[in-house]
Amino acid sequence: MKNIKFLLVGVLFGIILSKAEIISWFRIYEMFKFQSFHMYGIIGSAVVIGIGLMFLFKTKKIKTIQGEAIEVIAKKKGVSRNLLGGIIFGLGWALGGACPGPMFALVGKGILPILVVLLGALLGAFTYHAVKQKLPH
Amino acid sequence: MDIILNPWPWYVAGPLIAFTMFLLFYFGKYFGVSSNLENICALGGAGKFVDFFKFDWRKNTWNLMFILGIILGGFITNEWLITSDTVILSPQTITDLSAIGIQNAGHNFLPSEIFSTESMLTLKGFALLIGAGFLVGFGSRYAGGCTSGHGIMGMSNLETPSFIAVGGFFIGGLIMTWFILPHIF
Repeated sequence: MKNIKFLLVGVLFGIILSKAEIISWFRIYEMFKFQSFHMYGIIGSAVVIGIGLMFLFKTKKIKTIQGEAIEVIAKKKGVSRNLLGGIIFGLGWALGGACPGPMFALVGKGILPILVVLLGALLGAFTYHAVKQKLPH
Repeated sequence: MDIILNPWPWYVAGPLIAFTMFLLFYFGKYFGVSSNLENICALGGAGKFVDFFKFDWRKNTWNLMFILGIILGGFITNEWLITSDTVILSPQTITDLSAIGIQNAGHNFLPSEIFSTESMLTLKGFALLIGAGFLVGFGSRYAGGCTSGHGIMGMSNLETPSFIAVGGFFIGGLIMTWFILPHIF
């Protein structure tokens, strides 16, 4: 039951993704055509506030509920993995109009075809780990 | 009530996403949706085929609960928190989409050319859906994060890998939107 709070945070996040139309294919297309500020405003303001939050956590001005300092697991370095992986992700994001979070929100919205996208995403994650030794990182 | 029922502007959504990340950190965790693709693979028995998936997914139950919540949030919004599925797009977007074969842009959240059940049941439609998902799943795990892990959390932590990855997201997204999508429909 200690995980129930994460379910509730997820509900909040799912509502945000849905209410701000981040789950709309059209909003992603519009972003990549530079025809609206909406998505840039969302990501930009989240990151600006996020930088402040990270600073407060790292300088222990804010601690976790257990009173501990947070430990952010650093992302793996390497230009190939981040750039190539990023490009592949971006191709799929613009085609399907959904990154992983919105995929789950669209399941809740009752969009049947998103289950095929989600299946593809699981196959993609599986395939990456099956072939990763052969890829540049 | 209108404030809730109308679409939320960026200056509401952005800070609320930062708040979501805050809550996850406050509860001693982190923000990252795409690692759940690995959790689901592991839960489904992928460890029988690829050793990576032999990790104990139960330690990530909290994150699986998080995405279960996202599904619920999508459901709750659809049932009770919106009055219309119309998306108010820039007029230029609607014109551009019409020119590449996607009509009625913004009448719903998703284009029927891709997300209708009829389209899903055609070979091309099915391939588009599964292909888009495959690229997202493969790319996010190759890069070690998606829009949440790299885009929001990694950039908030000012991590160089995340700026490279987000640069990649945009290179891929721009190639798809400007050079590939016009030839698909």
